Amino acid sequence: MSLLSVDGLDCRYGLLQAVRDVSFEINNGETLALIGANGAGKTTLLRAIAGAHRPHGGRITYNGRDIGGLAAHRRVGLGLALVPEGRRLFPGLTVEENLRIAARGLGRRWTVQTVLDLFPILQPRRHAVAASLSGGEQQAVAIGRALMGNPSLLLLDEVSLGLAPVVVDAVYRSLKDIIAEGATVLLVEQDLTRALKVATRVLCMLEGRIVLEGEARSLDRDRVVSAYFGLRRPA
Amino acid sequence: MNLINAILQGIFLGAFYAVLACGLSIMFGVMRIINLAHGDLAVLGAYLMLVVVEHTGVSPLIAFVAALPLMIAFGYVLHVIVLERSIKSSILTPLLATFGLSIVIQNVLQLTFSPDVRSLGGSAGSLTTASWQVVSGLSISALGVVILAVALVVFGALQLFLSRTRAGWMMRATAEDADAAELIGINSKRVYAGATAIAVAIAALGGLFLGIRSVFDPVSGPTQLIFAFEAVVIGGMGSLWGTLLGGLTLGVAQTLGAQIQPQFAVLGGHLVFLAVLILRFGTGRVVLRTA
Repeated sequence: MSLLSVDGLDCRYGLLQAVRDVSFEINNGETLALIGANGAGKTTLLRAIAGAHRPHGGRITYNGRDIGGLAAHRRVGLGLALVPEGRRLFPGLTVEENLRIAARGLGRRWTVQTVLDLFPILQPRRHAVAASLSGGEQQAVAIGRALMGNPSLLLLDEVSLGLAPVVVDAVYRSLKDIIAEGATVLLVEQDLTRALKVATRVLCMLEGRIVLEGEARSLDRDRVVSAYFGLRRPA
Repeated sequence: MNLINAILQGIFLGAFYAVLACGLSIMFGVMRIINLAHGDLAVLGAYLMLVVVEHTGVSPLIAFVAALPLMIAFGYVLHVIVLERSIKSSILTPLLATFGLSIVIQNVLQLTFSPDVRSLGGSAGSLTTASWQVVSGLSISALGVVILAVALVVFGALQLFLSRTRAGWMMRATAEDADAAELIGINSKRVYAGATAIAVAIAALGGLFLGIRSVFDPVSGPTQLIFAFEAVVIGGMGSLWGTLLGGLTLGVAQTLGAQIQPQFAVLGGHLVFLAVLILRFGTGRVVLRTA
């Protein structure tokens, strides 16, 4: 059985339809990359799964349970965690406070200590307020904060946005460690090369629809690029 | 000597204003709600204590302890059934909702207790009258010292709660970004209800001091609200220690104003409030700060 299944999801902002009839599934241990141009509906889709956006129609099933009506904080309790676009740390709280308020499931894999081990750059910044962190450090805290909930499905929204390439490399190295441990990940990524490298499966969105879906290694780059820009719409 | 005396009495008066303002500051800092019923909640607390005092003959301080759980529960329920809905709709709705609540509380109090002026001072024993003479012409009232000490304890305890406990961090996190807080599993509605409960509990403490140090009637609330609001604004909206400082400043401004002429007492406070408002206009930072 799949861990998450999205069926006929519709999301709207007033009259604007951001996600149109989207259906897909994620199995345990998979890494699914969601790609697409700006405004394709990727962030909205992720927010709808996490419970931060109320969908207009469709079903979201998680571990066999319909979670469409649950508040975002209840979904965290079930094992969903979203690293939101723009990181959204609590600027007045320290790194450690940011992490500790997200702690869930005591005695499990992720604690403040194991998160700091995963992101050694945070070790000396442990008691610094989040507002004083660099972009890369903030991203590390944002991912660490999501991990503190010991999620079984990690949703990552544009973790490389606004970061220097070296920092993005570091973030992705940590991400690979997380994935190697068997985590199930759904990530939104603008950088095609990176997405194809890290993911097992790729979904490409265009204007709110999924226009291409396939195994990462079997997809050829040209096909993805044309789907990405809508040059050649698959029937 | 008159000047020193005025400043000292102003600090005691200001500590009372700071306690009144504390809950207002919390609700603004955490939820961005300006609670127009805050003064009425303090008066409601005072009446509750009056009922306990009249039925059991205990001191108002014990009556406060008895009224506290009720006020905490009232604050929690108030948020869940009224304020939560109102913050979801627009920024103006909480203002209207709490304005309505203010009218409801005043009228319920009028119906239940009549418009007579009441006080808790008579049953507080020697606390209301005791004082120490420092030098001739300068004496310190026991009540003033108690109120100042309690104010410091309340603000200190809140500071510790917000900076040292996980629940306090959650409250600050929710104040900063409720949406992101939900995404890490924090039930923002429950945090808000908790903040309202704390605010109403401290309002009741303000009601206790109001009742002991002077008199109240069912429509005393709005006047208390104005002083509390001025203290919050003078101290910088949403800042905890700023609110304490704002209360003290307001108190001193009023007693200094009264030194010039007795009618200038309230005016002195208003002038400081207006001056701060003009100076801050456009630069006001509104976040819940702990330091």
